[in-house]
Amino acid sequence: MSVPAELRYTAEHEWISVEGSTATVGITDFAAKALGDVVYVSLPAEGAAVTAEEPCGEVESTKSVSDLFSPVDGEVLETNGDLEDDPGLVNSDPYGAGWMFKVQLPGDGGDALPGLLSPAEYEDLTKDSD
Amino acid sequence: MPGSPSNADNGSQPAAEPEKLRDTPLLAVHERLGANLTGFAGWRMPLRYGSETAEHVAVRQAAGLFDLSHMGEIVVTGPDAAAALDYALTGLLSSVAPGRARYTMMCAADGGVLDDLVVYRTGDQEYLVVANAANTPTVLAELRRRAAEFKAQVTDATEQYALIAVQGPAAAGILGPLTDVPLDELKYYAGHDGTVAGRRALVARTGYTGEDGFELFTAAADAEAVWAALTEAGASAGLVPAGLAARDTLRLEAGMPLYGNELGPDVTPYDAGLGRVVKFEKPGGFVGGAALAERAGARPQRVLAGLTMNSRRVPRHGYPVLAGGEPVGTVTSGAPSPTLGKPIAMVYLQPDVTGELAVDIRGRAEPAELTDLPFYRRSRA
Repeated sequence: MSVPAELRYTAEHEWISVEGSTATVGITDFAAKALGDVVYVSLPAEGAAVTAEEPCGEVESTKSVSDLFSPVDGEVLETNGDLEDDPGLVNSDPYGAGWMFKVQLPGDGGDALPGLLSPAEYEDLTKDSD
Repeated sequence: MPGSPSNADNGSQPAAEPEKLRDTPLLAVHERLGANLTGFAGWRMPLRYGSETAEHVAVRQAAGLFDLSHMGEIVVTGPDAAAALDYALTGLLSSVAPGRARYTMMCAADGGVLDDLVVYRTGDQEYLVVANAANTPTVLAELRRRAAEFKAQVTDATEQYALIAVQGPAAAGILGPLTDVPLDELKYYAGHDGTVAGRRALVARTGYTGEDGFELFTAAADAEAVWAALTEAGASAGLVPAGLAARDTLRLEAGMPLYGNELGPDVTPYDAGLGRVVKFEKPGGFVGGAALAERAGARPQRVLAGLTMNSRRVPRHGYPVLAGGEPVGTVTSGAPSPTLGKPIAMVYLQPDVTGELAVDIRGRAEPAELTDLPFYRRSRA
């Protein structure tokens, strides 16, 4: 299972990468493996407001469906249209081509994002729930 | 994020969580293969090895190798074995010739299904009853009770057996060179004693995938050797190990019922469209016969039907089916179909439902089309 060091994580198994005031969000390798083959991803509309820890979409796999949570408050800038045709990107490249949406953070952005986990903290969490 | 694996539409009974899971004789093999293991009906079983979709496609196009050692094997022997099973089950097992098998059911006195079974006649006075893992204790107890007045012995052999299935269009070509059972003479729903890779096995042409294929009952101690021989023999033909996730989507496409989803104690064989498994022409009657005789001629209370979806959201077990916005049925099994490329579902509907159908998928009505079962039928050469 891969947990890249440069990302931050949530207990709901999302990852977030912040550059300036833009955050990119996806689900972790651990989540993708637990779900199995992802067959459909429903994403928030571009321009929609998302709220930290609230559902903003859903991820369908062969065996289950799960809510997709936003790790942060903000406005959706862009969604990954490639997932429409190839939702399997979430399994094959969860931290790259399988990204899900980008959020414009309020104010100056990423300095103070509460409640996110470091890679080490996230790894501990997945060990517990394994 | 994968917050609700409990949403899994796998038909497993609520796992008895505090109890220790039972291990199949092939556990070490699954661990070496990196399987994602899951608790299923009290057993630790492989859910998938890699991509369950790829495993599904491999079974449709080449072959898949399954460990089904969680299934219950119950041996019934004695001079009255045939009569005891005629009384205990819905089918006429006395009419099954040695070397042949039959799909049948065990019903309660009220006609509700306690399990669906495959019964192999392994001798004049010997049968092998294969039960669903979750129902094996019930089937065993009921068979013992129902056979009590007969000269027949009922023995649980689940621990002694491993069950390995090789399924798919390439299955016969892979198994053929490894067995002394002549496969071209082995009919569908037939089983013969023989060897596989030098180990004793009951080789049966049965399965739960909608493909040609075989189920191999071996001694637990021989399971690894048989699995390894098949893996090696099948590699060039595209055989891959396949888990319970693929098994579920394969049987769903093939329109085969799963106990706990389409079948249960509140369902009769007629509800499930399987009245053919009920045979009334038995001298001594059978358990559930009176209740089923009433149902046989009556208007069905519900019908099992198939739905295909146009949206990509997947109907799951328990979701309501709507007609004109009103509930008219319930999804029993649903999954994205790798073969059809869209979600499919088996549903129970009120009889005579008309109009546009939809499935209530978490609060949104998604249009659905009524489809004949099965969703997939293999082309026979």
